[in-house]
Order: sequence, then structure tokens, then C-alpha cells
Amino acid sequence: MSFINKPKVAHPSLPTNDLGLTRRQYEGTMSTLCAGCGHDSVTAAVIEACWGLSLRPEQLVKLSGIGCSSKTTSYFVSGSHGFNSVHGRMPSIASGANAANRSLTYVGVSGDGDSLSIGVGQLTHAIRRNVNMLYLIENNGVYGLTKGQFSASADIGTKAKRGEVNASPPIDPVLLALTLGATFVARSFSGDKAQLVPLIQAGMRHNGFALIDVLSPCVTFNDHEGSTKSYTFTREHYQPVVEADFVPHAAEIAVDYAAGESIPVSLHDGSRVVLRKLDPTYDPGDRTAAYNYIEKKLKQNEYVTGLIHIDESDNTEFHNLNQTPKVPLNSIPFEKLNPGAAALEKLMGRYR
Amino acid sequence: MPGLISDASAVPAGRVNDFVIKFANVNGTGSASANSLIMKAIFRMGVPVTGKNYFPSNIQGLPTWYEIRVTRDAYAARASHVDIMVAMNAETYSKDVRELKSGGYLIYDSTWPRSSLLQRGDINVIAVPLAKLVNENFDGVRNRILLKNIAYAGVLAALLNVDLEVISGLLRESYGKKPKLLDSNTKALRLGYDYVKQHLESPLSLRVEHMDKTRGHIMIDGNTAAGLGCVFAGATVGAWYPITPSTSLMDAFKGFCERYRVDAATGERNFAVLQAEDELAAVGMVIGASWNGARAFTPTSGPGVSLMNEFLGLAYYAEVPCVIFDVQRVGPSTGMPTRTQQGDIMLCAYASHGDTRHVLLFPANPEECFYMAAQAFDLAERLQTPVFVLSDLDIGMNDWMCPDLKWDDAYKPDRGKVLSKEELDGLDKFYRYVDRDDDAIPYRTLPGSSSKGAYFTRGSGHNQYGGYTEDSAEYQFVLDRLKRKFSTAAKIVPKPVFIGKGGCSVGIVSVGSCDGAIREALDVLSHQKIEVDYLRVKSFPFTVEVEAFLKSHTTIFVVEQNRDAQLKSLIILETAVEKSKLFSILSYSGLPMSAQPIVDEIRAKLGEEPRLTAVKS
Repeated sequence: MSFINKPKVAHPSLPTNDLGLTRRQYEGTMSTLCAGCGHDSVTAAVIEACWGLSLRPEQLVKLSGIGCSSKTTSYFVSGSHGFNSVHGRMPSIASGANAANRSLTYVGVSGDGDSLSIGVGQLTHAIRRNVNMLYLIENNGVYGLTKGQFSASADIGTKAKRGEVNASPPIDPVLLALTLGATFVARSFSGDKAQLVPLIQAGMRHNGFALIDVLSPCVTFNDHEGSTKSYTFTREHYQPVVEADFVPHAAEIAVDYAAGESIPVSLHDGSRVVLRKLDPTYDPGDRTAAYNYIEKKLKQNEYVTGLIHIDESDNTEFHNLNQTPKVPLNSIPFEKLNPGAAALEKLMGRYR
Repeated sequence: MPGLISDASAVPAGRVNDFVIKFANVNGTGSASANSLIMKAIFRMGVPVTGKNYFPSNIQGLPTWYEIRVTRDAYAARASHVDIMVAMNAETYSKDVRELKSGGYLIYDSTWPRSSLLQRGDINVIAVPLAKLVNENFDGVRNRILLKNIAYAGVLAALLNVDLEVISGLLRESYGKKPKLLDSNTKALRLGYDYVKQHLESPLSLRVEHMDKTRGHIMIDGNTAAGLGCVFAGATVGAWYPITPSTSLMDAFKGFCERYRVDAATGERNFAVLQAEDELAAVGMVIGASWNGARAFTPTSGPGVSLMNEFLGLAYYAEVPCVIFDVQRVGPSTGMPTRTQQGDIMLCAYASHGDTRHVLLFPANPEECFYMAAQAFDLAERLQTPVFVLSDLDIGMNDWMCPDLKWDDAYKPDRGKVLSKEELDGLDKFYRYVDRDDDAIPYRTLPGSSSKGAYFTRGSGHNQYGGYTEDSAEYQFVLDRLKRKFSTAAKIVPKPVFIGKGGCSVGIVSVGSCDGAIREALDVLSHQKIEVDYLRVKSFPFTVEVEAFLKSHTTIFVVEQNRDAQLKSLIILETAVEKSKLFSILSYSGLPMSAQPIVDEIRAKLGEEPRLTAVKS
């Protein structure tokens, strides 16, 4: 069998969302990743997030590069178009696709090799271009498909399965995104679905480039003692600083938040994200402060998680700057795009 | 004659509307506007002209040349001689003097007399104290540098009998809204003009006279025409990384979009231009946008195509339309970025690893750049594959005389086999890569249309249903269909242009910008009673007409601008032609081709092989 189809038989009692769809209808093909792979948990979180948002499957566009993480776009929402492109180049496909049709929701899934080594140029420029998309990095510090080489996110001193110790400094995608002026930067852990799902929802609704670095351990090549990207190490060293609750457009805020600890932020489409600060000194609106905080904690081997930085006042999203009409470029009738024979005839005078 | 400090030993016979002026300038001194002023004035007098710019890869300070060929017979090629040298760059005097044809004229700035110029006795030296004239009449260093150019335009106007009123009209069009600039330019023009009238004998025997051969024509460069073509073709997304000589194509597209695609009331722009971080990203954006239903393109040159290879393989295999304008320059590597070549034929035909073949279009002039833009999008979307428009620096950046560009408002873009939501609703099930029409072209769907049409695009092995596969038979099934799709392409790509009386045993096959030189060579050969048929190929895959021409001619010269005979190689690989019938005529100096080498090589070859008596006389 060349590919595996999951039967789409839904039990009648399964809960449905506003569109009347069950979670099963947001699933994709069967995962071919290793049992226990962190990426499969991220896939589950994406499915939960899309179902919870009542997103029409055809409104979603899934994009990826090459690698274990990039395979996962096949494993969720089979009712949406997917594009598994070439290694490290997904951001350019996403930029072009988004330019052609701004009305869809774009989710890119990438890994630390795909994003921080071969694709670091494209990632940084997509952030700079402020393409309206959610960009998930499933970060495990290691190349899986080629059997366990260090990636650019491997920490100094972390040990490979074969015993080699990494000496090169890591590229941290969160610090990178903050440096480049990203307006939505988050970090989470594949094992913390409660934290991850609302982050994904908020990232999808954010108007601009949203980056979520998801620590997602590789059970086969990087889950041993001495690795700083193992399940055990991650569980012991991750530190939520700002939790985010996603509140859809129509819903009321049901929970009372203590004043001073929660910050409601309105997103572009009218939905809200309510931030709960677990460290009262932390300000997710202050990019420089966020950078310093994360860097300090990284030096202490602590992964700060949660919605690290958000700026909804920013209006540098690509189409805003380009002044593209609300109607997607791919839907403008040809007659409106073509100046016509008379205009051309008139123009010819310029060249005589 | 006070100005003529050297009497020529061989004074040329009077030649009206048939000579070459070359301007030797310093890059960045504003000479381009004066040179094109002269060219355009001659054009407006109804006399055909061509302009070739030989410029350095530099912003300011290095030598640069501009060549105007006044050609009553409307030849498009570079001439291989110079009749009048306007020597404005002291650094290149000796080279410029050497290049002048015997009996030709050298015009130079005699503010600083040059005795060394007198070393050639067979040319006419025309001394005009340009700097002195300008310095006496204008202030400001930059201003003087700029206006000296206009002053020599005035000198030429008087010497060559260029209609002063036509030049004044051009100046009014350029500076009509800036009266101070108009005044100074007009004054500088008169300075040069009056100096000649007062001190020298004019006009020369080489001169311009009014004709009526440019009516209904324009002067335009290929990149402008291609950019305009993309606007008319309905392209909405352009992605690029700046690279000479393709940059002006995107500049033109953007400029025309700002003129035609911006809503006056809202300021909304019906286009997006993305300046990418490199060519890899540029073509990725084009693939993403085309996949998502926009007409998208990227202009680039050879080094850019080298970088795009991996993505081009993806677009070929995943069957995503995309349009690439390759404005070729001299390679390999960085090569000579501001010189012309046809060195990317093989690169583009088989770009990427694995078995790939790409559709190529070969425009021969700016006019075809315009029309081929729409053709390229139609073909890319019909065939769901990359399409290259292989222009070159000569076509792209030089001004060519072309018939007025025209548009047929009845044109409807061919968006290819894209299923709408309604069509999908009527289907039992959608499979991306099934050949339902037996033309090897499958149906595609656009994101956002319907979840029923959703599919997973991948560059990894896939079967005809779009599913991942590592199964040999399934993989081969798709690959074989892609090969058949290329056969479908051969039926719909532009057909070649045949020129000649037909029935000759000797033929020429060529592509693109060799056309002007070949047509001129055909005339020369014809005067020498040598008749040759000529087939200008406009596309790859080769159509049946190409195969027929190769079959019906016994000696075939393949004319192209590269060292390794890439077009000839492609013909040998992709047709049934007998290799021994093909002879190469190659030009890879970086300069546009001229007719003489073609004439010489054909004559030499036919002379050495007496069996070629089938040549008509």
C-alpha cells in the first residue's frame, strides 16, 4: 500500500463545532512518524485548534518544507489544500500563495533543520515581509530522517545518541523572531496541549506573521539522557510565563480574571486572546524586555513558554503595506486587470 | 576650414540615412539622454534606427559606448563598423580612434587638443571646444557635465542635418514642465549647433534626410515590452531578485501597474510585487502564487536560473504553472553581466535534477517580448508547467524599432484545466493527476474553492491520485504521462517563422536576437546570388515544422550566440536530424551579432564544399 487512508466513520455522538463538523473531519492521513513522536501531538493540537475555531477546511492552506515535521501537513485537515515544497523554502511558497489570495488561513509547519539551517534565510525574510500566516517550528534539535545529526537549534553541551557533544551555539527561533520584529512570538511544548491549542488559534487569527516554536522531542534520536531536547529535560526545564486563552469572536469571556494579571488583546477579526501573566514582572507587549528575559532564562537552561510577545497595533502586514484590495488578487476579473486596446494605443505615443 | 584639422585621404561617398555613429562616454555622466535624443530625432524624421548600449557593470567612472545605426533598410542588427565616432572619453581615445572606419569622422572636445589623434591620416578629425563653450555659458560642475552632452548633440544635429525642430520638440516633451531645464538644454543644443554652422562645413556627406519609414512604429526595449505584456496578460504577482539585465522588466511591470492597476478612488492596488531575498525565493513565490490561482512571473538572468533549479524541478513534477523571463547575459558564473549571450538554452531546457524538460519561448525582438508574455502565461496554465521566455540583454535593454504594439480586446486568458466549485460538486471524486482527456494534462483545483477538490501537492513520489508513493509502477506511470504532456506542448507552442523562397538545399536555423543579423546576411548573400532558407525557431519543444525543415535541407547552419552550440545540441538531442548536416555559426563575444560573420562563414563553407551546387543562383 502506497499510502494509508483512515476510515472517516464518525460515531454519531461525537461533539460537533459550529459548522456541524466533528474532530474526525479535521484529521488527515495516518501519521508515518515514529510512535511517541512529539510532532504527532502538535498535529493533534492543530486539529483541535481548527475544530475549535470552526474553520472551514477549504479555508485552510497547509504548507511545509522537507523533514519529519514537514510531513505532518498531510496528517491534519485532509479537506484543505496542502503544499509540501522543497527543503527550507516553504516561506517563499507561503509568501506567493498569500499574495495571490489573502482571504485564506495559512499554516506552515517546519522543523529546526528546515527553518534554522537550510531555510533560515527564507524564514527571516518571511518574518520581515510580515506574511499573514502561522509558522510552527517543531523543534527537536536533531535531523531525524538522516539519522540523528545535530541541527542548528542544538544546545551547547547537548549529547547526541552516538555520544557526540555539540559545541556550536544554537540559533533560537524565538530570539530570532523577536530581533526581526515579529508581532506574534510564542513557544510551547508538544506535551502541553492545553497551552498549545489556544496559542495556535491565536496565531492563526493574528494579522501578520505568527511564530510558535514548539519543543517537540524526537523519541528515536534525541530522547536520551544528556540531550537538552528530550521529554524529560524539556518537562523539567520549561517555564510558562504568559498563558494565553483564546476567545472566539462570538463568545463572551466566561471566566473572571483577576485585574492586573490578565490582559485581553483584541485580534484583527474581532476575536480575543486573554493573556495570563504567570510572572507578574513580565510584559509581553515590550519586545526588548521580552528578548532580554528569554535570553537570560536560556542561559539558565530554562525554556520560557507561552505567548512571549504580541503586538496587535502593528499594521505592517504585507497586504496592508501593499494596499491590496480585500478581494483576493486571484479573483479579480481579467477585464479589470487588462488596460485594453485603447489604452495601449494611447501609450504608444510615449515611444515615438 | 578652421575646425577640420586633418583632411581625409579617402573621403567617403555621400551616404544618406545609412551609417553608424558611436559615442564613447564615461559612465554616469548623463550621456545616455543626449545619445537617445539624437536617435529619437532621427527616428522621428522617418528614418529607421537601432541603438546598442555597451555599458560596464559599474555606476560611475568606467567607459561606456552607445552606437546608433541609421539604417534606411531597417536592419535590426549591429553593424560591424563605425562611421562617426563621438569621442568624449579621453581614457579610450586611442581605442576609439582605431575602431573608426577609414574615411570616417572623429568628433572630439578640442578644449584639450590631442595631437595623438592625428596619427591616423585616413580619418576626418572634427574638433569642437565643447567644454570651453559650455563652461563659458553655464555654472555648476554637474550641470556643465550634463549639458556638454546636449552640446555635442547640437554638433551632430548640424553635421548630420538632423532636424533641429524635431530635437527641440523632444526637449519640450522631456522638460516642458521644467522651464529652467528646457532653457538650459535648448541653449546647450544651440551652442553646439551654432558652433558647427559658424566654424565648420556642414552637413557632412553622411547625413540624415527625411523618410517615411517609421510611421506606425515605436522605439522600445524588450524588458519594457515584456513588463507591459505581463500587465496585459493579467499577471497580478511578480516576484524577483534584482539582477542585470532583467531588472528593468520588473521596473516596467511595476510602473505600468501603478498607471493601470491602482484604483483612483481607494488607492487599492490590483497587483503585488515582491522583492525576494534571492532568486530561490523569487521563483518559490511565483510557484506559490500560481498554485493559488494568480498569474505570477519572475524576471531573472542566468545566475538566477542556476539558483532556481531545485524549485523548477518541483514545479515540473508537481505540475504548477510558472513563467520565468530569463534575460540572458554572458556566463559562466558572474561572467560579463552587461553583455549579451544566448548561453542559457541548455540550462533552461533541462533545468533541475531528474528527468525534466521545460517549455521555452524565444522572442527575437521587443515586439515578441510583449506578445510572448501572454502566450507564456497561457501555455504555463494550459500545460501546468514552467515556461521560460528566453530573451537576452540585447533585446531586453536596447531600443529597437518595432511596429506599434496592439492588443485584441477579444483575447481571453487560457487559465487551463481548473475545476470550479460547481464542477467539483458534480464529480464523484477528484484526483489530481488523472489524465481524463487523454492529452496528458490533468485537472487542478485552487485552494479555497472546495474541500472536495483538496489535494496534497508534493515533490516527493506520487501516484496519479496525488498520494505519496514509492511504488515503481505508480511512479513511472506519472513520469510517462509527463513525457506525453511534452508532446502535447509541441502541438500548441508558437510555430517557427520561415523566411526564404523555399526549395533551397541550404538552410539556417536560429533563435531569438540573431534574427536581425541573419536577415541582413540573407540580403547580402542574395545579392551575391546565394539563396538560403531560414527558419527562426520560436519555441521548445520543437514543432513538426522544425523537423520538416531539418529533413528538407541538406546543409543547415545553426546560428546562435554561445560557445558550445547549445541550440545545435538541443536539435540533435530532440529531433531526428542527421548530425553531419549541421554546421555552427557562433558568436560569443558579448556583443550583439552582426551580419558579416554569418555571410563570411556561409560563403567559406559553401566554397570549401563544391558539392553544394544545389544552391540556387
